[in-house]
Amino acid sequence: MIRFENVGLRYGTESEVLRDISFTLPPGSFHFMTGASGAGKSSLLKLMYLAHRPSRGLITLFGRDMARVTRAELPEMRRQIGVVFQDFALLDHLSALDNVALPLRMGGAPEADTVAHCTEILRWVGLGNHLHAKPSTLSGGQQQRVAIARSVINRPRLLLADEPTGNVDDGIGMRLLYLFEELHKLGTTVVIATHNEALIRRFDHPHLHLDNGRLQVVPARNPRWG
Amino acid sequence: MALFLLGRPSDLPLAKDPSSRFLAWITALMVFLAALALAGAMVVSDMARRWDNGLAGGLTVQIAPLPGAPVAPLDERVEAALTVLRAAPGVRTATALDAAATARLLEPWLGPEAGDPLLPMPRLIDVATDGPVDVPGLTLRLKSAAPGATLDDHAVWLADLRAFAGAVHLAALGVVGLIGGAGVMTVVFSVRAGLAIHRHVVELLHLMGATDRYVSRQFETHVVGLTLRGGLIGLLLAVAALAGTLRASQELRASLLPDLALAPWQWAALALVPLAAALLARMTARWTVLRTLESLP
Ligand SMILES: Nc1ncnc2c1ncn2[C@@H]1O[C@H](COP(=O)(O)OP(=O)(O)OP(=O)(O)O)[C@@H](O)[C@H]1O
Ligand SMILES: [Mg+2]
Repeated sequence: MIRFENVGLRYGTESEVLRDISFTLPPGSFHFMTGASGAGKSSLLKLMYLAHRPSRGLITLFGRDMARVTRAELPEMRRQIGVVFQDFALLDHLSALDNVALPLRMGGAPEADTVAHCTEILRWVGLGNHLHAKPSTLSGGQQQRVAIARSVINRPRLLLADEPTGNVDDGIGMRLLYLFEELHKLGTTVVIATHNEALIRRFDHPHLHLDNGRLQVVPARNPRWG
Repeated sequence: MALFLLGRPSDLPLAKDPSSRFLAWITALMVFLAALALAGAMVVSDMARRWDNGLAGGLTVQIAPLPGAPVAPLDERVEAALTVLRAAPGVRTATALDAAATARLLEPWLGPEAGDPLLPMPRLIDVATDGPVDVPGLTLRLKSAAPGATLDDHAVWLADLRAFAGAVHLAALGVVGLIGGAGVMTVVFSVRAGLAIHRHVVELLHLMGATDRYVSRQFETHVVGLTLRGGLIGLLLAVAALAGTLRASQELRASLLPDLALAPWQWAALALVPLAAALLARMTARWTVLRTLESLP
C-alpha cells in the first residue's frame, strides 16, 4: 500500500526534519504514529497524502512510484486517501454537512445520496443537531468530528489522521476510534498520529514511532499479521 | 433534490470577494457600450443599403437658368435635353420636374421663398436607367444640345457615402472588439485575484482530490452569474437609450436623416450581447484558472 525507502524531507534550506525513513505498510494494516511534539509526525503524514514531495528517497503508493506520477494523475490518487488534518481544515463558509459532502461531490456522487449519507455519518459522530452549523459556531471537538466525518465519507483506501482525538474527551475519542476500526474492517489502511496513550493501549496496533526525524516500527503486543 | 442542487453552495467563497461587485458593474457598462456600438453599426449599414437601392438606378440632369446669356430660354433647353436623354442607350425614362416640384425639393434648404418666381431656379430632370450609360459621352451631347446642363450620376457622392458608412461600420465593430478585449482582461484579473485570495482553499480542495477542472467550474459558475446579471442591466440601459434616440430621430421634422429604426431581428441580436459576454467570461475564467493552476507544483 505504502512503501518508503530512505526518504528524507527538509523545509527550505533547514536541516532535514525526516531522515532515512524506510517502512512498508501492507494493505489493510492499522498503525498508530507516535513521537514527541515536533518529531515530524505531521510532516510524514503530509508526504503520505501527497501534500509534499520528498527531498530524497523513494515513495511508492498504491503500487505507483510517486516520482513518476504526473500532476494530472494526482487527483485520482488523492481521492482514495482520507485525511484528518491536524488543524481540521474545514471550509468556514460551508455548513458541517457541506464540508462533509465535499469528497462525494468531487467524485460526482448523486446529490440525494450525498445528503442522506452525510446526514447519517454526522449523526453517528454526534452532530445530528448541527448539520447546518458553520464551523466557526462549533466547538473544537465538534469541528474535529466534522473533519473526521469528512475523511471517512467516501470510504478511502487509505486513511491518515493527524491527532484526530486531540480535542475530545476519552469517551468520544473511543467512539471515533471505533469509526476508524470499522473502516479498517472494510479494508482501509489506517494510520493515526496520536499522543493519546489510553487509546494506544486500548487498541492493540503497531506503532510508527518518530524520534528526532528517524522512524522506528514498534510491533503490536499481539501481532495479528507479520 | 432539485432544491439541493440549486442551493448547493460554491466550495470557494467567491461571492464575498471585493472584485465580484466590480465585475458585475463593469460588465453592465461594457454590455451597454457594446450594444450601442452594435446598434450604430446596424443602423449605418441599413442606411447604406437604402441609399444604394434608392439612387443607384438613377441620374439627375440640372439645367441652369443662365440669365442674360445668349442662349435659348430654359424651357426649350429642357426639351432639347429630354430629346437627347430619351435617345441615349440605357435610359428608361426621363422626366422634367416642373418649377413647383423643384421648389418643393429645395424648400428644406431655401425656405418657403423657394417658390418665388423671381428666384432664378434651375430645372431638374429625373432620369431612370435600365442599363449601363456612357456618362462622359452623354454629358458632352447634353452640353451641346442644352448649354448650362450638368449631369449628376450620384456615383461620386454615393461612393463617398458608402465609404463613410463602411468606415463607421468598421469603427463600431472595432469598438465592440475592444470592449470584448477589455472584458477578457477584467475577468482574467478578477479570477487571478480570486485564486490568490483563496489559495489555501484551492490547495485544500486539491489535497482532497479536486481536479483543476473542478476548481475552474467554481470560478466559471461565479463569473457567469455575475456577468449575466451585469449584462442584463447594461442591456436594459442600452435598449432604453436606443429607443429614446430612435424616437427622437423620428420626431425631427424635415429630417436630413433617413428613417432610423431597428428591425425585430436586430433587437434580438442586441439581446444576445449579454449572453455573448457571459460565454466569453466563462471561457476566459476557465482558461485563466487552468493556466494558473498548471503552473503550480
Ligand atoms: N511548513 C514548514 N516549514 C518549515 N518548517 C516546518 C514546516 N512544518 C513543520 N516544520 C518543522 O518540522 C518539524 C516537524 O514538524 P511536524 O509538524 O511534522 O511535527 P509533529 O510531530 O506533527 O508535531 P506535533 O505533535 O506538535 O503536531 C518541526 O521542527 C517544525 O518546525
Ligand atoms: Mg503535527
